[in-house]
Amino acid sequence: MANYEPWSEDRARGVISDHADIEGAGLPVLHALQAVFGCVPVAAEPLVASALNISRAEVHGIVTFYHEFRRTVPGRHVLRVCRAEACQAVGADAVGAHVRSSLGVDWHETSADGAVTLEPVFCLGLCATGPSALLDGKPVGRLNAAKVDRMLETLS
Amino acid sequence: MTRIFVPRDVAALAVGADDVADALAGHAEIVRTGSRGVFWLEPMIEVETPEGRIAYGPVEVSDVAALLADGLLTGAARHLRLGVPEQIPFLARQTRLTFARCGIVDPLSLDDYRAHGGFEGLEKARALGPVETVATVVASGLRGRGGAGFPTGIKWKTVAEAKGDRKFIVCNADEGDSGTFADRMLLEGDPFSLIEGMAIAAFAVGASKGYVYTRSEYPHGIDTFDKALVIARAAGILGADFDIEQRVGAGAYVCGEETSLLESLEGRRGQVRAKPPLPAHKGLFGCPTVINNLVTLATVPCILRDGAPAYQAIGMGRSRGTMPIQLAGNIRHGGLFECGFGVTLGELVNDIGGGTLSGEPIRAVQVGGPLGAYFPPDLFDTPFDYEAFAAKDGLIGHGGVVVFDDTVDMARQARFAMEFCTVESCGKCTPCRIGSVRGVETVDKILAGQDVDANLELLRDLCHTMKFGSLCALGGFIPYPVLSAMNYFPEDFRPAQRLAAE
Repeated sequence: MANYEPWSEDRARGVISDHADIEGAGLPVLHALQAVFGCVPVAAEPLVASALNISRAEVHGIVTFYHEFRRTVPGRHVLRVCRAEACQAVGADAVGAHVRSSLGVDWHETSADGAVTLEPVFCLGLCATGPSALLDGKPVGRLNAAKVDRMLETLS
Repeated sequence: MTRIFVPRDVAALAVGADDVADALAGHAEIVRTGSRGVFWLEPMIEVETPEGRIAYGPVEVSDVAALLADGLLTGAARHLRLGVPEQIPFLARQTRLTFARCGIVDPLSLDDYRAHGGFEGLEKARALGPVETVATVVASGLRGRGGAGFPTGIKWKTVAEAKGDRKFIVCNADEGDSGTFADRMLLEGDPFSLIEGMAIAAFAVGASKGYVYTRSEYPHGIDTFDKALVIARAAGILGADFDIEQRVGAGAYVCGEETSLLESLEGRRGQVRAKPPLPAHKGLFGCPTVINNLVTLATVPCILRDGAPAYQAIGMGRSRGTMPIQLAGNIRHGGLFECGFGVTLGELVNDIGGGTLSGEPIRAVQVGGPLGAYFPPDLFDTPFDYEAFAAKDGLIGHGGVVVFDDTVDMARQARFAMEFCTVESCGKCTPCRIGSVRGVETVDKILAGQDVDANLELLRDLCHTMKFGSLCALGGFIPYPVLSAMNYFPEDFRPAQRLAAE
């Protein structure tokens, strides 16, 4: 699990200026912000706009275009479950349903205790050992309900 | 100390390779490699013996103590013993050119890379000169492995002849198609092959900078490739004349489309650009740009090394050379199978893939990712070839083959295709942005038994509009899975009749 820093405008300015000078800085800047704060807060948008000399609307457009950028800090763990065809062929729909009911959340939501944020992902390149997921960046294959239960038990 | 090779490919990690490596540490020198792509045998470890490597798999951490006690270090242990890896039938039947090193070498060892033929292609290119290098790629018949199948040499020639203060080599590593993992395996298992391929491309067209755009869903591949870049720079392979930077995507499938990828690299929303101008004339930052798929670029070194005729001699029709085919989904023997074009779909999924993992009959096979058609067993005689698949209203795409057993509901799969398009459409053109939403609604009406005949006709008409009216392959090809599901599995779209029959 990642330790994210609380929002700080000064810190954000520093992170942005570290990457603002490269060509096509948009995505690198947003990735860097998310790595530090766990998300790209709305408050960061005017800072990015000013550093990259583009409009705030344009920054908002970029952030919201890409599925990867979150607007709020995730739970203590992030579980990304594959929903794409190769995993569907070996039961990903049932695995996804089981995860959602176990955590009491829908896709993109965080469990009430703040432990787990559930995100859908369309392919992890683990298509011959599915259903697949990434838990805090660690790959897990051949998921089924029992394996999901054992995995979720370890999370707090 | 005996050396044992343990894969660090993420597919091996997903089934416990790290734990196995930890358990073996202290007993042997552990070398972490990429994967050979025999995924149902992962974690597959290989012991170095005087007679060569001996493979064992699938090895679980609980097997390690007994294996060591039985003589694993000399290759004597019998349990889980697979023998010489190259003689495993799945590997013995392949023609490995692009993937020749993957799973064998330490991906971050330049010595290993050189010992297995690395950089011979780049040296050959430098000896030939830029013009002859392009001519070699043209003569090899290599076509884009991302899916479009455009002749790579022609693209390079266009960029070489284009005028520009700066030129770029862009590698498309935004491998978003479900059922594909070839780019990922090379990033993790043989990153120097991509660096060498890009260096050859840069030399051939006169580019000074390269970008690799890797999808964020591949954190392990990103990490390995960044490390490979540092090593290549320190060794002077990259530097003043040509350097490469890796950029990471952010979960947008459409950024695998080349113009959308360029927009994203420039820091904007990944919205598709209208062509012309072609990226070869006005690509990244308005400059002439070679944009190729990762597998395409990683294949160039062996073409230069062995010469165009050797590569051109393999394949069928206008599909020359080898294709790394990825067998995935509900399949017993899933993995990476590189072979010459021409192998039939039936051979791939039945003979090589061993049928379904569930043991139920195969009902449908989707080839080419979310935009690829679903083929029924009646079409299993189709050879793996760009034109043969196109002739049957399908596509080979990036070589992903996803198998479904007879529990699949093809109307649900058609709905998923449309739903995927609603989520991933870049929004630039109406047929894709609005058409996909209407597509989901229409399939839902059919599934609810509402005016089924009229709605089936409407869905067909909508597919026609999307196919011919969309700006790029996302909206343009989503009709392939939808129409193939309707054409080959019409009974799934008649829920009332299905119920009556049951």
